Amino acid sequence: MYISVRDRPTTDRALAPADRAARPPVGRVVVVLGVVSMLTDISSESVAAILPLYLTAVVGLTPVAYGLIDGLYQGVSALVRLGGGWLADAADRPKWVAFLGYGVSAIARVFLLFATGAAGIAAVVTADRIGKGIRTAPRDSMISTSTPTEHLGRAFGVHRMLDTIGAALGPLIAFGLLWAVPDDYTVVMVVSLAFALAGVALLGLLGPDVRVKREHVGPTPPPFRWRDLGDRRLRPLLAVAGALGLLTVGDGFIYLALLDHADVTVTWFPLFYVGTNVAYLALAVPVGRLADRVGRARVLVLGHLALVGAYLCSVLPTSTVAATVGTLVLLGSFYAATDGVIAAVAGRLVPVQARSSGIAAAQTVVALARMLASAGFGLLWLLLGPATAMVSVAALLVLAILLAATRVGRLDGAVTTAA
Amino acid sequence: MNVGPRARVLVFVAIVVALVATAGVYVLAQGREVRAQRDAEPEAVRTPVAEVVDGPRIVFRHTGLDNELGVVAMVPLDDPGGARAFTGVSCDRVAAGPDGASCLTIDRGVVTTYEAHSYDADWQEVDSSPLPGIPSRTRLSPDGTLVGTTSFVSGHSYMTAGFSTATEIHAFDGSRTWGNLEKFDLVIEGTQVRPTDRNIWGVTFVDDETFYATVAEGGRTWLVEGDLTERTLTSVSADAECPAVSPDGSQVAFKVDVDPGRKVVWQITVQDLATGERTLLEQGPRGVDDQVEWLDDDTLLYGMPRADEPGVTDVWSLDTTADAAPQLLVEQAWSATVVR
Repeated sequence: MYISVRDRPTTDRALAPADRAARPPVGRVVVVLGVVSMLTDISSESVAAILPLYLTAVVGLTPVAYGLIDGLYQGVSALVRLGGGWLADAADRPKWVAFLGYGVSAIARVFLLFATGAAGIAAVVTADRIGKGIRTAPRDSMISTSTPTEHLGRAFGVHRMLDTIGAALGPLIAFGLLWAVPDDYTVVMVVSLAFALAGVALLGLLGPDVRVKREHVGPTPPPFRWRDLGDRRLRPLLAVAGALGLLTVGDGFIYLALLDHADVTVTWFPLFYVGTNVAYLALAVPVGRLADRVGRARVLVLGHLALVGAYLCSVLPTSTVAATVGTLVLLGSFYAATDGVIAAVAGRLVPVQARSSGIAAAQTVVALARMLASAGFGLLWLLLGPATAMVSVAALLVLAILLAATRVGRLDGAVTTAA
Repeated sequence: MNVGPRARVLVFVAIVVALVATAGVYVLAQGREVRAQRDAEPEAVRTPVAEVVDGPRIVFRHTGLDNELGVVAMVPLDDPGGARAFTGVSCDRVAAGPDGASCLTIDRGVVTTYEAHSYDADWQEVDSSPLPGIPSRTRLSPDGTLVGTTSFVSGHSYMTAGFSTATEIHAFDGSRTWGNLEKFDLVIEGTQVRPTDRNIWGVTFVDDETFYATVAEGGRTWLVEGDLTERTLTSVSADAECPAVSPDGSQVAFKVDVDPGRKVVWQITVQDLATGERTLLEQGPRGVDDQVEWLDDDTLLYGMPRADEPGVTDVWSLDTTADAAPQLLVEQAWSATVVR
């Protein structure tokens, strides 16, 4: 695995075939955006790691008020995401729409320093989520536009790896600071703000202004219309992603199922998240490359088999350390095979003028389907108990994968739009 | 913008240097300040534990920003503003009885863990067990054999979300646990319900068999009576959080959201268990967030954070008559219980 920075724009059509065979280095856009995401994730995850402690120890929030804040985290981002995609397409300015999103989150961190009480913190957290919703699709469309189709999986893999490194470093930095300066949460918030501003500055100053319509070879594409999202190539992807998403229960449930075993103690709980992230960041690039070789939609659909494995592994009757580690590795593999890959697929199944919106649509369908899945699964969990509920969902998911697999050929064989 | 790529790199480097310098200076300055605070002696006069431990006393977590921060301290019941004895044991939540104390701790680290400890009357550890989340409440049964704990279990990160309370009851000596009260049968207004989303918090013991607690279900909170043998929770009345039963067992004090709507404003209310009659303590604190404790059969104790000093709290007392005004009882204190 190597990453090097290349100054040539990757949209360059003049790549020699021999060059391609030797795998050209990952484009500068991908690396810059990856580092921007890493800095931003360090910023957001360092605060996320201490927020529960801060809210309960310093602000003095109770269960109900805290639950309210956590609920706000969801939902908000899904709808804003479509808006961010639309704005990026309509203006043909994904960089500056993404910049707006990163900027909103950075400004939210400034207010976090002054927010007191539940309402203030809820507002800041919501603003942070809105920022994330705005930036995700334009950023992914920049990666999509700046990468040759045959290396898309790898490019998204590199981006997600850098992103996840940030997510893993954030809590480490936060607790390191709290160890050095005991109980002083403002120290974490100030450092978090510095990382967020560095990310915004990096994107603003060194992020290439990728403009798909302006750079498009051939006749100028027409303006974006919502109708472009009804593209016959995109529809099966949305259907497949939605169906599989409906059977993707939250990580929380998988972790809870692991905890249901007598010999797995609750002190392990934070390590589950770390373990999943480590597996994800280690596998993001290799799985992305695999997707480029064998078909991205195929990896996206079959990647859900790793989730089936995680479901089953989490409720194995004989729980061992191996079963726990196996569950986390499978969960990490699932993210490696789906999170970046779906953006890679979606960006090529819509006309270029709808790229950000197409990616946003796919991500929104997945997010909404998973929210429904978690709500429904909560009920199943209570009625059937963890083991039966998990096995039932695993069985349904296998069926859904089999059905989705019939669409893979069509998705991978679809005429893709140009980089 | 017609700034060359080299100039942009230079500007970016300059910004990063400025950010690192600013954040670095801030972290170092805060570090110095916090260390200076933590080396300071407490404002309160010290007294040996032996001076306090034999009489009726208030046991609490000392919250002064000094070298005893977080340490369990005691003051005599008849002189709560006087000299305090520090036990040397640190707890984030503490509840004490004549024969021992329950102590919940946060062990901060890269992987932050939470534990419940039992200490005997000489503050020697008897038992400890892991807690699933951030300590919120703990109480002992009157005979000291049972411990109730509530912790916040929070989801973490982008990918997981969700929040719940985990409320558990275990034997003081660690010999037995009744597990998470979510697994108890829940009867609301005579009907057994199985909500997918229920949260339970704030146990208060009547004896070693019966207790009260809060159940949140379907957007409402309920005062419930729990039975450890039957493993049931049965609703007593609606809209009550974090109950505390009085020493004579005739009344329960709890928080009520007096501004139901978007905002949460809690005030303390006392309910007569025989008649069901409620008294809202209107002159009491607004926005209180603590499980109250009974100083005696007609006085309550509760903690309030100081508005101007983050992390510092005081314990106040309040008569249970409707027009009573709060009195500052123990400065720099939290999580107070009375040992009679």
